[in-house]
Amino acid sequence: MKAKVLLSLILLCGSLAAPVARAGDAAPAVPAACELPPYLLTSESQLPKVADAIKAGKPLEILVIGSRSTTIPSAEDASYPARMQAILKDKLPPSEAVHVSVEIQSKKTAEEAASSFVKLMEAKKPTLVIWQTGTVDAIRAIDPDEFRGAVTEGVSALQNAGADVVLMNLQYSPRTETMISAPPYLDNMKVVAQEHDIPLFDRFAIMRQWNDQGQFDLFSPSRGPELAKQVHDCLGRALAQFVIDAAHLEPVQQQN
Amino acid sequence: MTIADQVTGTTIAGTAKPADSKPAGAKPRARAPAITLPAIGERELRLDLFRGLALWLIFIDHLPPSLLTWFTIRNYGFSDATEIFIFISGYTAAFVYGRAMLESGVVIATARILRRVWQIYVAHVFLFTIFLAEISYVATRFENPLYTEEMGIMDFLKQPDVTIVQALLLRFRPVNMDVLPLYIVLMLALPLILWSMKWRPDVTLGLSVLLYAVTWEYDLYLSAYPNGFWAFNPFAWQLLFVFGAWCALGGARRMSRILASPVTMWISIAYLVAAFYVTLTWYVPQLSQFMPKRVEQWMYPIDKTDLDVLRFTHFLALAALTVRFLPRDWPGLKSRWLRPLILCGQHSLEIFCLGVFLAFAGHFILAEVSGGAAMHALISLSGVLIMWGVAWVISWYKRVADKSGAKTKNAVGNADLAGGG
Repeated sequence: MKAKVLLSLILLCGSLAAPVARAGDAAPAVPAACELPPYLLTSESQLPKVADAIKAGKPLEILVIGSRSTTIPSAEDASYPARMQAILKDKLPPSEAVHVSVEIQSKKTAEEAASSFVKLMEAKKPTLVIWQTGTVDAIRAIDPDEFRGAVTEGVSALQNAGADVVLMNLQYSPRTETMISAPPYLDNMKVVAQEHDIPLFDRFAIMRQWNDQGQFDLFSPSRGPELAKQVHDCLGRALAQFVIDAAHLEPVQQQN
Repeated sequence: MTIADQVTGTTIAGTAKPADSKPAGAKPRARAPAITLPAIGERELRLDLFRGLALWLIFIDHLPPSLLTWFTIRNYGFSDATEIFIFISGYTAAFVYGRAMLESGVVIATARILRRVWQIYVAHVFLFTIFLAEISYVATRFENPLYTEEMGIMDFLKQPDVTIVQALLLRFRPVNMDVLPLYIVLMLALPLILWSMKWRPDVTLGLSVLLYAVTWEYDLYLSAYPNGFWAFNPFAWQLLFVFGAWCALGGARRMSRILASPVTMWISIAYLVAAFYVTLTWYVPQLSQFMPKRVEQWMYPIDKTDLDVLRFTHFLALAALTVRFLPRDWPGLKSRWLRPLILCGQHSLEIFCLGVFLAFAGHFILAEVSGGAAMHALISLSGVLIMWGVAWVISWYKRVADKSGAKTKNAVGNADLAGGG
């Protein structure tokens, strides 16, 4: 335990002192723009079912349940689920089949989305569900307690259907910061993740890190899809790394 | 010695020598001279100082996070500037209008409180107008495909009729515009609070605690538009306001022995250190491994909407230490360096609104010109300087107005300001 803390502190310091791409382990080098301190890519919680599936050589079915910010209009292939699939295929053993499907529930609150989970899980039977939520609730200023209840129910439904779950929170959106209050929703998702001992992919903190470090200018009013594509590429990479880490897959990979 | 000096001097000053400062004691004094200029000079400067500080911190907290954000207290514990602001507002409001109630009766005091409420309401509507302009601008200019979903917030622009009416009803309140509606509701309740305090201060405080407990137990809230709830629940936050009023009307003096005791000091210090450690785990996630899961589950979420007990006690601990280590007659209070803060604290409603406006403007500049760290620091600093400058201009106006006669009338005006937000 202590050793792990020490190690991560050292890693953190290392990454602050010498920002080198953390690419030593896998084939595609991570673009400099995607760099993140390791603590944003690790989780204490684990993904046992993903680990089992890969150990047993079974195909890895991943379902991303998201909203409009899951994709880029007119550039679906560049959105983060597609990028994650590509990176996972690169990083996992070649024999491992990885399939990512996406379920977009635009303009739905966590509660509305969660009500469809039982049917959805029956249809798709994924090993891992990445549930990205919170934005619509924040826009509509849903009561944070109700939001927490809805996320709790949704996570339970997904777990009961036999999947590992990763929660993903809101985008960091500096332009709308004066209009959308994200913190209560971020906090509550953190709480639910802690209660269920499931990994939380902190998209908000990650994107803020990129913006603060100047890797991306998220204030940009650009109309073109270029910025969105780059950000989603980095998100896909980070998410793939996060899943691999939470499922403790590194040793498997090294053996191959 | 003036009444202002008497009452304010002994209430919060837990460790200071006791003097008779019950409202009843203040009653027989002549009314007008009490709050004329020299008296204002001697008013409880610590209140002004910390209210000014709270205003600066609220402004900085409303800007996107930057280096300066690390100087705001919310990064070091549970409570933040809002607690200070509401407590001091309750304190000063009770002090000013409580005196008015004793001297001129319930009707006059209520009338003056309502006039104050009206001023705050108008200020709120003014801020809403600026917000509308900003959001409309963003809606027409900003089309980054990364954020198509977040642009859903603009949907309310499609129904301006409904939105504006809801804003006037205080039900539609954009982000960062939650404090004034809370303040309006609390001030509306002030006549009742004061009337009850006049009768039995301790019972009033007890009722306030009861309402707070009932709010938590039965989940009372005020609904908002288009859905949701008030971000600062008045049923919970009234506790700080009433507690401030209770302190102003003699409670603090009666607590002075508790405040002076070393036990209180050590409990406060221990609590603040523990809170600091917990907040540290938010920023250094590696540390969270040392947090027992049980404690985390019991503690989180620390609810700002309903003024979590952890936040309230954190504020109490801060206040207890402040009162202990910063005596009322600390010479630094008169120093030139703290003058800007005190000036801002003395004109808090104006400076608060200005701060919200400056935060909007700051966002705008960061978005339109550049988002660099240097620009960020520049905006924060110039914002604070502008707040200081405007506070100075406002006080200059008052001094000039004073010189041109109508002293009694001005005294009343100043009293309102002292009580104001």
